[in-house]
Amino acid sequence: METTNKIRVLIAKPGLDGHDKGAKIVALALRDAGYEVIYSGLHQTLDQIIQTAGQEAVDVIGLSIMSGAHLPICEKLIAMMKEQGLNEIRLTVGGVIPFQDIPKLKEMGVAAVFPGGTSFEEITKGMNSLIER
Amino acid sequence: MGVAKYIKDERGAIKEVVYQSGIKIKPAYGPEDLEKAGFTYDKDLGSPGEYPFTRSLHPQSYRSRAWTTRQYTGFGTPEETNERFKLMIANGQNGLNVAFDLPTQMGYDSDHPLAEGEVGRVGMAIDSLKDFETAFAGIPLDKIGSGLTINAVATIMMAMYQATAEKFGYKKEQISTTPQNDILKEMIGRGAWIFPVEHGVRLVGDSIEYAVKELPKSNPVSLCGYHIRESGATPAQEIAYAFEIAKAYIDNVVQRGIKPEDFVGRFSFNFNVYGNLWEQIAKFRAARKLWAKMLKNEYGVTEKKKLFLRGLFGGGGSGLTKEQPENNIMRGAYYALGAALSGAQTTALCSFDEAYTIPTPRSALLSLRTLEMLMDEVGLRDTVDPLAGSYFIETLTLEMEEKILEEMKKVQELGGMVQCISSGLIQRKVSSQAYEYEKGLQSGEYKKVGLTPGKTDNEAEQTDAGAVELHEYNEEWAKKSKANLKELRRARNDKEVTDSLKALEKAARGDENVMPYLVKCCHAYATVGEMAGVFRDTFGEWNEPEFY
Repeated sequence: METTNKIRVLIAKPGLDGHDKGAKIVALALRDAGYEVIYSGLHQTLDQIIQTAGQEAVDVIGLSIMSGAHLPICEKLIAMMKEQGLNEIRLTVGGVIPFQDIPKLKEMGVAAVFPGGTSFEEITKGMNSLIER
Repeated sequence: MGVAKYIKDERGAIKEVVYQSGIKIKPAYGPEDLEKAGFTYDKDLGSPGEYPFTRSLHPQSYRSRAWTTRQYTGFGTPEETNERFKLMIANGQNGLNVAFDLPTQMGYDSDHPLAEGEVGRVGMAIDSLKDFETAFAGIPLDKIGSGLTINAVATIMMAMYQATAEKFGYKKEQISTTPQNDILKEMIGRGAWIFPVEHGVRLVGDSIEYAVKELPKSNPVSLCGYHIRESGATPAQEIAYAFEIAKAYIDNVVQRGIKPEDFVGRFSFNFNVYGNLWEQIAKFRAARKLWAKMLKNEYGVTEKKKLFLRGLFGGGGSGLTKEQPENNIMRGAYYALGAALSGAQTTALCSFDEAYTIPTPRSALLSLRTLEMLMDEVGLRDTVDPLAGSYFIETLTLEMEEKILEEMKKVQELGGMVQCISSGLIQRKVSSQAYEYEKGLQSGEYKKVGLTPGKTDNEAEQTDAGAVELHEYNEEWAKKSKANLKELRRARNDKEVTDSLKALEKAARGDENVMPYLVKCCHAYATVGEMAGVFRDTFGEWNEPEFY
């Protein structure tokens, strides 16, 4: 079946920030590129995100973070993913991410970072390269 | 090119121009265009300061007074914010525009698990009256007005502001505060909502009613087309949706037996300035006119000053680019020019580095200087509404008026704004428009100078980013807030807190106005999290509708 080959992505807005235009347009772009996209909605706790990711059996989580809190959020989420044995899921991050923080995020275990301004094409290319099928 | 659609012939000459609001632009305009539209001076413009105020709210406009500049400030602890407030007042600023951190905006205390990593980050952290007492210490609250950028818990912050003033020995009649308090726009864009739609609107109604009766110098609502535009609305929709939201609030207050004449004069607006220059100018002129006409014809408002569309035209965030950030300094200047040509009463400008960081004092000062140059150097104060009478601008203003009315009618036909937001219809519409616009930018259909379609040049971008100095987050802020909170919970009178919260709950469950009860809670040092917690228990939380 065609649907089984679709890459499943959870676009998630962790924490209290409500600026969701970026998350929504990336969700629409990935959907148009043939992904199965689940959008978390706003104000999600990390527990909720992990639960949704597990339930929906996603391949990739795409976090959208604008508030500047990307380092503590990613650190915590990665620890929780390890704890719960979700090692297969790749974590990606987009939003207001200063360049100097990208190596730090990668070191933590973030698979790809797509700072604001990254084109849809580069996001889908980046996501595809994370998943070997 | 730009944010409008440009169709060109094979030699690169422009064949067709269509603005975002859907208006086609002709190569040239003449008297026949105004004649065709039935334009007359008295009906469509009026003299400056005269109904329908298309030209200006005041006869002398910037001649009598330059625009007010209100850059958005607040970070860290109340102590730090207080220092920054005092500095700005010492530099001649006569109004404050207060930023709150996300936990405060969402009604959580600094020690709540969801507040982790966010305390003091995007604004100041407020847990209780103690923090407001610190933040506003030494500020003459009878002379300085404060804009409070808060929505879901705006009632709590208004009460907090009053309680602080009373603590300092002022009377509530002397203070002037403008909470943003536009919950419906939060549900379309910006996302700092908590309670379901009908309860959100009720709280806005409570604050308006209370301001009418008890806070004669305060302005309880600032309607923000701004964030709706940022979320993907066209300029015509920005105005139309803000007006339809205003009508939802007006209806709520009218149901309480209060006449529109008694409160609409206290509304203010916040609109965006990015996009095509002419389209923005026509938008503001048409908006002033339509608002006055609507209040007069639909709500029977007669007093001249109550027909004014007062507000801030500024910002422009979505027009700025991450690439080559210094280009944003020039972009901001052109956006500000549009605001000045439109007769903006109050303004503020996004700083060039906002795609990277919270503006530093250096970049915020650049924005302020840009605004000052327009007024003090290049002549924007010379004469009122300098573009009036232009065949193009007047035709465009009339066309924009029509487009705004069309968009308002669509909302009305779908059951009004409360219905359109509850069903998620408006959110889906603006998101899909934002997506289409972004695709247009990436394909090169819309041009942004310095941006190569479909390509991110990481190396160049890293060099560009070198122009930006990052605002540092200080972990100590959270520690300090938490320690203060712990001490507060120990020192305050528990019975007073419990009793005041119980009384608040009773009012919230019934249909009594919650404001006086909130003021009592604040005086008892109940925390923001406790007061919002009462509302959370009573009203529940909003379930966001699916967005596609």
